[in-house]
Amino acid sequence: MASAAEQDLASSKVAGAKPPSEAVVVRFAGDSGDGMQLTGGQFTLSTALTGNDLATFPDFPAEIRAPQGTLFGVSAFQINFGSDEITTAGDAPDILVAMNPAALKTNVENLRLGGLIIADIGEFNDRNLAKAKYDRNPLEDDSLSRWQLVPINISQLTMEAVKPFGLGNKEALRCKNMWTLGLALWMFDRDRQPLVDWLKAKFAKAPTLADANIAALNAGHAYGETVELAAPLKQHALAPADVAPGLYRTVTGAEAIAYGLVAGAQFADLPMFFGGYPITPASAILHYLSPLKEFGVTTFQAEDEIAAVASAIGASYAGQLGVTSSSGPGIALKTEAIGLAIMTELPLVIVNSQRGGPSTGLPTKTEQSDLYQAVYGRNGDAPLPVIAARAPGDAFECAIEACRIATQYMTPVMLLTDGYIANAAEPWKIPDLASFDRFPVQFMEKAPESGFMAYARDNKLARPWVKPGTKGLMHRIGGIEKQLGTGNIDYNPANHQAMTDIRRDKVAGIKVPDQIVDQGEAGDALVVVGWGSTYGPIKQAVKRARAAGKKVAHVHLRHIWPMPANLGDLLRSFGSILVPEMNTGQLKTVLRDQFLVDARPLNKVSGQPFTIAEIETAIDTALAGTRG
Amino acid sequence: MNDMTPPQKSSPKDWESDQEVRWCPGCGDYAILKAVQRTMPEIGATPENTVFVSGIGCSSRFPYYMETYGFHTIHGRAPAIATGVKLANPQLDVWIITGDGDALSIGGNHTFHILRRNLNCQILLFNNEIYGLTKGQYSPTSAVGTRTPSTPYGSVDRPAQACAFALGAGARFVARAFDVSKELPATLVAAHAHKGAAFIEIFQNCIVYNADVFAGFTEKANNHQQLWLKNGEPMLFGSEKSGGVKGIALDTEKLTLKVVDVPDGDWQKAGVIVHDVTNRSIAHMLVEMRFGEFPMALGVLYDDPRPNFDAQVGEQMASASAGKTPDLQKLLAKGQTWTVAA
Repeated sequence: MASAAEQDLASSKVAGAKPPSEAVVVRFAGDSGDGMQLTGGQFTLSTALTGNDLATFPDFPAEIRAPQGTLFGVSAFQINFGSDEITTAGDAPDILVAMNPAALKTNVENLRLGGLIIADIGEFNDRNLAKAKYDRNPLEDDSLSRWQLVPINISQLTMEAVKPFGLGNKEALRCKNMWTLGLALWMFDRDRQPLVDWLKAKFAKAPTLADANIAALNAGHAYGETVELAAPLKQHALAPADVAPGLYRTVTGAEAIAYGLVAGAQFADLPMFFGGYPITPASAILHYLSPLKEFGVTTFQAEDEIAAVASAIGASYAGQLGVTSSSGPGIALKTEAIGLAIMTELPLVIVNSQRGGPSTGLPTKTEQSDLYQAVYGRNGDAPLPVIAARAPGDAFECAIEACRIATQYMTPVMLLTDGYIANAAEPWKIPDLASFDRFPVQFMEKAPESGFMAYARDNKLARPWVKPGTKGLMHRIGGIEKQLGTGNIDYNPANHQAMTDIRRDKVAGIKVPDQIVDQGEAGDALVVVGWGSTYGPIKQAVKRARAAGKKVAHVHLRHIWPMPANLGDLLRSFGSILVPEMNTGQLKTVLRDQFLVDARPLNKVSGQPFTIAEIETAIDTALAGTRG
Repeated sequence: MNDMTPPQKSSPKDWESDQEVRWCPGCGDYAILKAVQRTMPEIGATPENTVFVSGIGCSSRFPYYMETYGFHTIHGRAPAIATGVKLANPQLDVWIITGDGDALSIGGNHTFHILRRNLNCQILLFNNEIYGLTKGQYSPTSAVGTRTPSTPYGSVDRPAQACAFALGAGARFVARAFDVSKELPATLVAAHAHKGAAFIEIFQNCIVYNADVFAGFTEKANNHQQLWLKNGEPMLFGSEKSGGVKGIALDTEKLTLKVVDVPDGDWQKAGVIVHDVTNRSIAHMLVEMRFGEFPMALGVLYDDPRPNFDAQVGEQMASASAGKTPDLQKLLAKGQTWTVAA
């Protein structure tokens, strides 16, 4: 029998001609007594109120009240909503809310690969597991690893929320559906007020019940906000033609980065030290790395962002591969220390899982607004290489590339990802590690015949990496300007000029692959230039435009700094340049600055990714104004 | 003694780097540098396995003058950098050099956490109660009323007490000394012998911006104001010449310390406490003693080791890795997978 995943792929092959859906499909499933139809109906109401087009699909048992907890007693409600035109209730749900084991069992196989399961662990007791014919608790083994699991004790949290109203146990637990609804409303930015009004009207004669239900609704909403639970944003699935044969799994960007860092450290022949501090949406990388001790990975949860990066710099100084990770606000705190790593020319990988800003901004919403921060955001002339991942699977290779550059050029490297990539799961062809180039580090262990100098240069302008503990090579480094060669303190103006030039030239000279054209070819009327997680919608929009005979190309940058050597000439070959970004035009500015090209922005900072339609419209507008 | 040839003992000179020392003439830092260079041969240190990590400030130039590995980092962050160094290579002997502003103001958080975690290292806090490198602003340890360019009418905020802070953070070794004290090398030797974070506050005279602020006990004429604590010995200070031998006793009614006269050397009769370096309660009282009413408590105030962070991290790494083969290719294919046929 084919697995569900295989069936998914098979069906997507058949449906390959259809444009991919951008809608989100949520399925609420529970016992028929859990009020699932009510939950779904009210979610529909609030969704309609926000102007989303939607379709719904109630799915409940024929029995008015089937025996509690049984497989045939499961009631479900599915809603498909999105900004595109919705014509069906959606085939495979993106999110499954499972209120008990039976609901999970009867619905999980339809959940799309990498989709999100929210399960009420309060109902996953032995009795309910037996009724659903589970031998083992599926929340506690590997059986759900194709999806993302968020176990929450909804029953207990609901009981706590309605405690002040003095309801009986049974009545209290009936508020679970409102708690769940509150959580869903948070995840999709829906307004609670219509529901509050509705509950007040519905329970006009029993105001305590109205208050309890409203309290549960608010508690679920507050829970989502407190734990910063983000809706998993839909990845644009690969077109069937792109699915290469091989062994696949699902992977989130955070997982892929963690594994990529481990691979990168192995290829550099180094143990890895990861200094981190919890922050949404970057913490997952720390979580994935922490168990991997047998891979020589030391993880250190530091007292703050500054200590996280500083400890990583200390570890690099001592001869490990230092890595730190955060999101925009945390990267801001690390900035002074990143300057120290630039000055002391030590390897360091900094992962930035971008989120909406400035300040605390929108922790669970995705944005690409830290490009300036990555490329320019330090005091002094402080260049560092910047790489951006485009999708969860791509993040694996980007992490390896970051490790390569950091260790080969003795420099900190910034790896940009975002909340969208970090949280989303996509099918991933498991890479063959043997196919990657190794880049083993050679520590300096003996002084060269010309004598040891801490800031001597190799042909890449990298200085030697000497581990403390090495006999005869004692030296001092620090943040004060270094003397050319020796690395001693030197305030001399000519020396500062020379050292600034070297730091610039070293980073500018980093060998990065030539830029390839993803779709179309040099000389097309229009090129859409993207970076990071806009890859999916740009790819689809360009594909549709090309299918309609328009001469549009897609170029997607991995190397933001330094940029590929051929990029300037390539960009100048197109009639016009469109740069869609989830910011106010940061890459656009860099491209204009670097190449004096007329790059035009397409910007969106609503916390939501671009839709294909938005990019298509911009393509048409750009083409209309193009010489042809 | 055994008849094996001991490794050739280094001399203080071996620990001097080729860099010109650039503190102000007469700065207390010179004396501390000499004391550290004298201590290194005593403890059998080797230059290549020794790392000095510092933050920012006058004191933090220290690593440049030691012929060891050295890292002059950024303001306040030396403990965090040192934590990475030590976790990456626990074999290294890590010394942190910091000052009152560096450790207690901008870096207060890191100082707290390195002590709480008990990283195996030595922390030398040079306390001159002033910001020297930035030209004389008051610091978190300056006495109330200190007049500086940033406090022309005198500072109003209460000073931090470094050793009380350290004990409160969970430090297992707390000591005090001053720059020109003969006892400084012995205090450093004791700090080095302690496994875990060893915290030493060193009063250091800034002759330019805060001269003689510690003269009340560091001047020769004021020797009788120094209470040098020695484990197992009574807490005595002063002499017949200075107006009589005195001691520290416990006021059992108020549960505080008090100064008592010790006539005829009979300290037992006077109720003088015998110093026990593992007594945390007494240590708390010693670090809180107000100078003036009390002498300055110096030497090893507290020393009671417990497991250190770097060792525990290493043990957990080893036990969690035991019996596991690190196979990344296998890890990538863990969980549910599926095959797409060619």
